[in-house]
Amino acid sequence: MGENLLDIENLSVIYRTDDAYIYAVNGVDMSVKNGETLGLVGETGAGKTTAALAIMKLLPERIGIVKSGKITLAGIDITRATEHEMEAIRGNAVSMIFQDPMTSLNPTITVGRQIAEVLQLHEKGKSHGEISRSVDEMMELVGIPPHRKNEYPHQFSGGMKQRIVIAIALACKPKLLIADEPTTALDVTIQDQVLEMMNDLKERLGTSMILITHDLGVVAQTCDRVSIMYAGEIIESGGVEEIFDGKKRHPYTSGLFGSIPNIKIAARRLNPIDGLMPDPASLPAGCGFFERCPKKMASCGQKPPLFAARGGGHVIRCWLYGGDARQGDGSWAL
Amino acid sequence: MLHAVDGVDFAIDGGRTLGVVGESGCGKSTLGRTILRLTEPTDGEVLYDGEDITRFSVPQMNAIRRDLQLIFQDPLSSLNPRMTVFEIIAEPLKVFRVTSGRDEMDDRVASLMKTVGLADRFSNSYPHELDGGRRQRIGIARALASNPRFIVCDEPVSALDVSIQAQILNLLMDLQEERGISYMFITHNLSVVKHISQEIMVMYLGQCIEKAPSEELFANPLHPYTRALLAAIPVPSLEARKKRKGAIKGEVSNPVDPKPGCRFAPRCSLVSGECAAEGVALRETCAGHFVACVKTGRAHE
Repeated sequence: MGENLLDIENLSVIYRTDDAYIYAVNGVDMSVKNGETLGLVGETGAGKTTAALAIMKLLPERIGIVKSGKITLAGIDITRATEHEMEAIRGNAVSMIFQDPMTSLNPTITVGRQIAEVLQLHEKGKSHGEISRSVDEMMELVGIPPHRKNEYPHQFSGGMKQRIVIAIALACKPKLLIADEPTTALDVTIQDQVLEMMNDLKERLGTSMILITHDLGVVAQTCDRVSIMYAGEIIESGGVEEIFDGKKRHPYTSGLFGSIPNIKIAARRLNPIDGLMPDPASLPAGCGFFERCPKKMASCGQKPPLFAARGGGHVIRCWLYGGDARQGDGSWAL
Repeated sequence: MLHAVDGVDFAIDGGRTLGVVGESGCGKSTLGRTILRLTEPTDGEVLYDGEDITRFSVPQMNAIRRDLQLIFQDPLSSLNPRMTVFEIIAEPLKVFRVTSGRDEMDDRVASLMKTVGLADRFSNSYPHELDGGRRQRIGIARALASNPRFIVCDEPVSALDVSIQAQILNLLMDLQEERGISYMFITHNLSVVKHISQEIMVMYLGQCIEKAPSEELFANPLHPYTRALLAAIPVPSLEARKKRKGAIKGEVSNPVDPKPGCRFAPRCSLVSGECAAEGVALRETCAGHFVACVKTGRAHE
């Protein structure tokens, strides 16, 4: 799998609290190729952000623990990297942007200096003039007039703040950008502008991206492949074509599609998924979706399902599709 | 002077839903609060059953508050963290003296919780112990407690996950069918609003720029802003991906002392000199379809 920029094998993360272990991520396999955009979809609490923080090695100290798994980013084993090594990797090889642009920016420092800070940290040889030129260049790239670099975050609108956050994340041209709900806090027309810009930048800079979102519409517009997470597991993964054509889907994926009011189709009633996600502190023995599944069979409650391969890299973790997509060496054919 | 809502006219019939759509800062929440007199209007009338409630005295207002309720966007900040679910739902029953006696109140709270799909075991829980969907159900039960005839729903599903959002939308529609409640449904999400409303009003910078029956608006959007808004929704299908058009440029301008003429003009692709002229009024292009645009209105005449 030499062409993969990021490889995650069997990643499990738990949060240790005073009275319980929270099983946030359970045996996740994921890969991102060079120049590819992977959509990571799921509801609140599915473990999307935890998986991303594990890649960044930014899990809360002593509370968030990587229990098992291997994360390889551009040939470096992240799980074994020291904090000192991570400082060089973060920003340079991988960057992350968060949902709320206001809380990711420092309100007391001008936006220009916040972009410059990344460059000063990672590209130490650069002179003042060079850094200043790079800042102008980055601001132009994300569509903000460079003459506004001496202004503070509060002087910008929500959409512009998110553009600045993206400029900071891309300043050192990282190979992988993790975007955690980058447009959820924005209005639709502004979301449209930001997504268009991110698509454009991705092509120009050749950046790979993991786009974390709960909006299947955003996925359809921007992603090459999709992984759907539920209760800390990836329950379905495949190219956008396979996920969106809807012939064979995990019952949870079908539920997600049934929950979206579609402006193209006039359905009077939505078909939501009943109930709620299981408590990650006490996950059921069998399939995590068992309680809510409209197609459950008695055996689903006893044994966790394995991935079934549907061909073309499309896999579904559900007993409905039987099967076992493990290869001879025990790894998943993903 | 900040013009939050500027010269908006509309009517809602009994048992029907008006959807109000627009981006942040377009005045849709202010509009919802103003018609309930939680914000006092500078000018204008709000007729409820033919009477102008903006002239009502405080006691008169209190008397009709039980008919007019509000569901808020963020269920956590609109619920008192020190009150249990039972106390929150019982409060309007006490305030409006809907029930007499403890037993009747207990029964009524229990039936309200059942109506909105909250299990009995949560009656002694506090809001922070519950998830977002259940919190929003408390907000809905509280709004229903006084048997209102009209509810302003201010982004009631925007903070919820899609699967929970669908559950709440179905609940609101069932309640309307059973009790004939009218809704004013405020949202920025056009696909949600199409789903729940019979009529839709699109707002931009405090003004209503297009108003039409739901089907008509989606089949035949006339105002360039409505079209842009529709085009900007990410549709969960791959065909839409190929057909993508460019995003509209710019952002909503400043609502302080707006210039005369069309307020969307700075972002509009069809803009020309006549757009800056005073008074772009709503015009009816076909039955029930109103649009405030110099360009499109004429093209259809």
